[in-house]
Amino acid sequence: MSELTTSAAACKPRRRGPKLSSVLGVAALLIVTVIMLSPLWFMVATALKTTKEMLRFPPTVIPEQFAWGNFKELFVNSEIKFGRQYMNSVIVAVFSVFGTVLSSSLVAFGFSRYRAKGSQVLFMLVLSTMMLPYPAIMIPQFLLFTKLGLHDSLLPLILPNFVGSAYMIFLLRQFFSTLPAELYDAGRIDGSGEFRLYWSLTLPLAGPVLATVAIFTFIWSWNDLLAPVLYLDSQENFTLPIGMAAMMSSKFRLAPWNLLMAASILASIPIILMFVVAQRRFVEGIVLTGMK
Amino acid sequence: MKQSRRRIREGRYFYLFISPWLVGFIALALFPVLASFYYSFTEYDIIHAPQWIGLGNYRELFRDEQFWNSIRVTVKYTVVSVPLTLVLSLLLAILINQKWPLRGFFRTAVYFPSMISGVSMSLLWFWVFNPQAGLFNYVLSWFGIEPIHWLLDAKYAIWALVIMSFWGVGTGMLIFLAGLQGVPSHLLEAAKLDGAGPLRSFRNVTLPMISPVFLFQLIVGMIDSFQVFTQAYTITQGGPSYSTWFYVYNIYVNAFKNFRYGYASALAWLLLVAVMVVTFAIMKASNRYVYYEGGPSR
Repeated sequence: MSELTTSAAACKPRRRGPKLSSVLGVAALLIVTVIMLSPLWFMVATALKTTKEMLRFPPTVIPEQFAWGNFKELFVNSEIKFGRQYMNSVIVAVFSVFGTVLSSSLVAFGFSRYRAKGSQVLFMLVLSTMMLPYPAIMIPQFLLFTKLGLHDSLLPLILPNFVGSAYMIFLLRQFFSTLPAELYDAGRIDGSGEFRLYWSLTLPLAGPVLATVAIFTFIWSWNDLLAPVLYLDSQENFTLPIGMAAMMSSKFRLAPWNLLMAASILASIPIILMFVVAQRRFVEGIVLTGMK
Repeated sequence: MKQSRRRIREGRYFYLFISPWLVGFIALALFPVLASFYYSFTEYDIIHAPQWIGLGNYRELFRDEQFWNSIRVTVKYTVVSVPLTLVLSLLLAILINQKWPLRGFFRTAVYFPSMISGVSMSLLWFWVFNPQAGLFNYVLSWFGIEPIHWLLDAKYAIWALVIMSFWGVGTGMLIFLAGLQGVPSHLLEAAKLDGAGPLRSFRNVTLPMISPVFLFQLIVGMIDSFQVFTQAYTITQGGPSYSTWFYVYNIYVNAFKNFRYGYASALAWLLLVAVMVVTFAIMKASNRYVYYEGGPSR
């Protein structure tokens, strides 16, 4: 549809050259692009500089010699435990995605397909917890998980994902509600049980929405700092964000900016990869959830 | 008879399917909200049982300089960062929405930095703002501006964090872009036929049509910004001289550094109330300005 309109506009004969406003607009966007991308360039360049070169002022735009060793150093240096922490983050994120997709879709299916006493009120409760700030409830949650003996383990970061997330339940319910009731009647006539209607009928139809849920749960879990800070004490249990924050402090006489930038790049790669592979779902998720 | 049996069956399946959420809601939302309300009236260090002290924590809080400071810091950051980020992202969305060349490239370029988030972003900007070798002071030096100590200077630290937040405009830009593309073209054409210039049709057609998007982003932005933690934890540890002592950082320090779970619970409860009040107030105030297609019943 939009392609049609643009090509129609392009077919119109143009008498003058490009309008002044469009030249100015594109120029403004070019400037914005340079401003937005220059910190990225600085990050990549620094990651490839030697410690001596990184401290030079003015900063060199392109590293004189590419210090690829910085990336290796992250994994080799036993003080940092970067590889271990990367794995921890992957474990937490993968289980969080699995848990959220499974539980949120179950709950959303319940809310979209069945009517029962109190179902409206309960759905209002789901919506109201979307607003609930984590810092407001973290202390009792922390005390609960600590009393269960789960301190300094990854479980307190993973388990809450298995009870569904309000955002995702809402998102999935909206989608499930658009599926026609006839579909389910036909399924029942064919003798499918209710769980089968969820598992083999609904989920396969919800692929794109589930992908959106998965992507954003991954990003959330991957970037989360506050919960890991509360629960994780030992360096080998750290997830990436807390590990990288710890790398900043004490261990080194001088902040190892080149290593930190290399770590930041490696930490950002999964998110960038998802953007590249599933751009449409990615953008859709941002628009639907307003999440960063 | 058959009807009612069916209804019972339906109810059973409903509760079966939503049971994970029900368990989670009780254990991880309802219980914590009530428990932190109770703790907020106690002195609690986890080793000894909570000790009831009535309104003691709330009384202390009103005398606590660090509490008021954390509110000042958080409000200052919020009222500057949130509206400016919103306006900037709307402006960029409008520019990128024009039928100019390279729009796909600009869209990706403006959004791309938003993928460097959380601790990675904080570390990068800590380095960008480095007084001796950072990019920011280098660029300023082209204009003859002397090196500023940004995150190490109590006068500038909070503004450095505000500048840093602008780097994330890409998210808002994408949301506005989707909103702009949802404005029906027949409305814009009708406005044009009626002789409205681009500014007029923006004010009278586009702006009302995207006002729900604006409201949504304003609320999400405010709630997020009330909860700033990563920057304070990673970069500044609340300093220098408490100039970035954000509200949630204050909760964190009181609970998990000073082990004053009761006092921190009082702080946490006030955050919950603040978030609810602000959300409600924005919704209420916006009734007059936000246009929902399909009438006010929705």
